[in-house]
Amino acid sequence: MTESTDFVQIRHAQKSFGTLEVLKDISLNVARGQIVAIIGPSGSGKSTLLRAINDLDALTGGEVWLDGVQVNKQLPHRQYEKHINEMRQQIGMVFQHFNLFPHMTARENVTMAPKMLKGLSAEEADALAKEQLDKVGMLERIDYYPSQLSGGQKQRVAIARALAMNPKLMLFDEATSALDPELVSEVNQVMKKLAEEHMTMIIVTHEMDFAASVCDRVLFMDQGVVVEEGPPEQVFGNPQKARTRAFLRKELDNPE
Amino acid sequence: MDIDLMLRVYPFFLEAAWITILLSVLTALLGLTFGALGAAARLSRFTSLRLLGATYVSIFRGTPALIQLFILYFGGPQVGIQLDAFEAGVIGLGINAGAYMTETIRGAIISIDKGQREAARTLGLSQLQAFYKVTLPQAARLMVRPLGVNLNMLIKATALVAAISVVELTYTAQRYIGSTYKPFEMFLLAGVLYMIIIYVTGRGVAWLDRRVRIT
Ligand SMILES: Nc1ncnc2c1ncn2[C@@H]1O[C@H](COP(=O)(O)OP(=O)(O)OP(=O)(O)O)[C@@H](O)[C@H]1O
Ligand SMILES: [Mg+2]
Repeated sequence: MTESTDFVQIRHAQKSFGTLEVLKDISLNVARGQIVAIIGPSGSGKSTLLRAINDLDALTGGEVWLDGVQVNKQLPHRQYEKHINEMRQQIGMVFQHFNLFPHMTARENVTMAPKMLKGLSAEEADALAKEQLDKVGMLERIDYYPSQLSGGQKQRVAIARALAMNPKLMLFDEATSALDPELVSEVNQVMKKLAEEHMTMIIVTHEMDFAASVCDRVLFMDQGVVVEEGPPEQVFGNPQKARTRAFLRKELDNPE
Repeated sequence: MDIDLMLRVYPFFLEAAWITILLSVLTALLGLTFGALGAAARLSRFTSLRLLGATYVSIFRGTPALIQLFILYFGGPQVGIQLDAFEAGVIGLGINAGAYMTETIRGAIISIDKGQREAARTLGLSQLQAFYKVTLPQAARLMVRPLGVNLNMLIKATALVAAISVVELTYTAQRYIGSTYKPFEMFLLAGVLYMIIIYVTGRGVAWLDRRVRIT
């Protein structure tokens, strides 16, 4: 265990794709139970930063720590694979396009990884599927395939799938951006519920209202740097930087 | 048209059709094996294996199957490969079909959205676990139809082994022409039997495709 303010640490994160510098020396600390929103224009590096946390996109410089353990440790290939797979089990991720496994039912989507990686018995897996799908309000659809579900339902199953690994940290990359407007709130409600349970979350979002109502802290990113950060009242209510103001003005004029 | 003659020789053609079927089954199994290995090589993270896979595909798709069979059967003994005609037929056609199947299998695997792999890796699955649990089951379903096309071509390609005197359907037709001087009837009979084999196979593939398709 580490000091709670150091629960998640990003230290001097740098990322380049070829010559394109996408993250330029970003640092961020998240306390246990804290909820951080990342906002910013398209292409500013939000997804890249989020994906660096579980090493889906490897940083070209800097460190990521979770609960006292460095995620992107320098290790020989074999050992690193083992290490990162263990770290990823502790970090849930939810994608914009759900990425549910289409050949598996909701139940199988939720239990596949726990069965495989934690050796759950059939009964334990069954109980886990019911518990997690109930939590996101999808118990009645437990034996449905993704193709038989609406977007909002798919995303709720995807959240249940991530939660089933009992993660310490949840990452959301625009979890509601691909949804029809009327389906957004059912997913937001699930995320709010997680917030009430003090799940540590980092949420990339375009929804300013949601960020303002759920998050403890808001980070505004532009062109690979954190331009401004602070509590939502401050970033939304009294932004200090001109770039933040310009971005918020545009977002409020045409939200979507 | 000499229907009487066709009815008289028909049992011999039927027997030959079984050889064609046996050839097709063995060739398909060998082809699938080579196809799976070829696809694994083509998708390997090692450059040398990728190169090997690509070379295999371009050689065997880039030359006539008949030439490949001739090299193996007639040229083989010169370099110490002694095969009887049937063995040479199965091996030659199998390796040839494997080159086409390599591309089919590889195509199905790379068509699976990378988000699928990412979702699996994010849960903590290893690369291999993600492949077997997530990518391959989806790719396998997509492969059924195109592999069915490969199978259709492979069955027709078995006619080529008549040229190295394997006594299958086409060779049998040629032999009966020698004694009956009725090429129209003999080739027609062979053609009808090929069509039946291919029709039944096609139905089988369509059935399998429906069965495994994701709802
Ligand atoms: N795999 C990649 N290869 C090359 N460039 C990439 C890759 N992934 C992202 N980029 C580039 O990095 C920059 C940041 O992308 P990123 O996806 O992090 O932005 P974002 O803030 O999430 O944008 P959006 O709001 O559109 O999702 C963009 O210019 C993008 O084109
Ligand atoms: Mg993004």
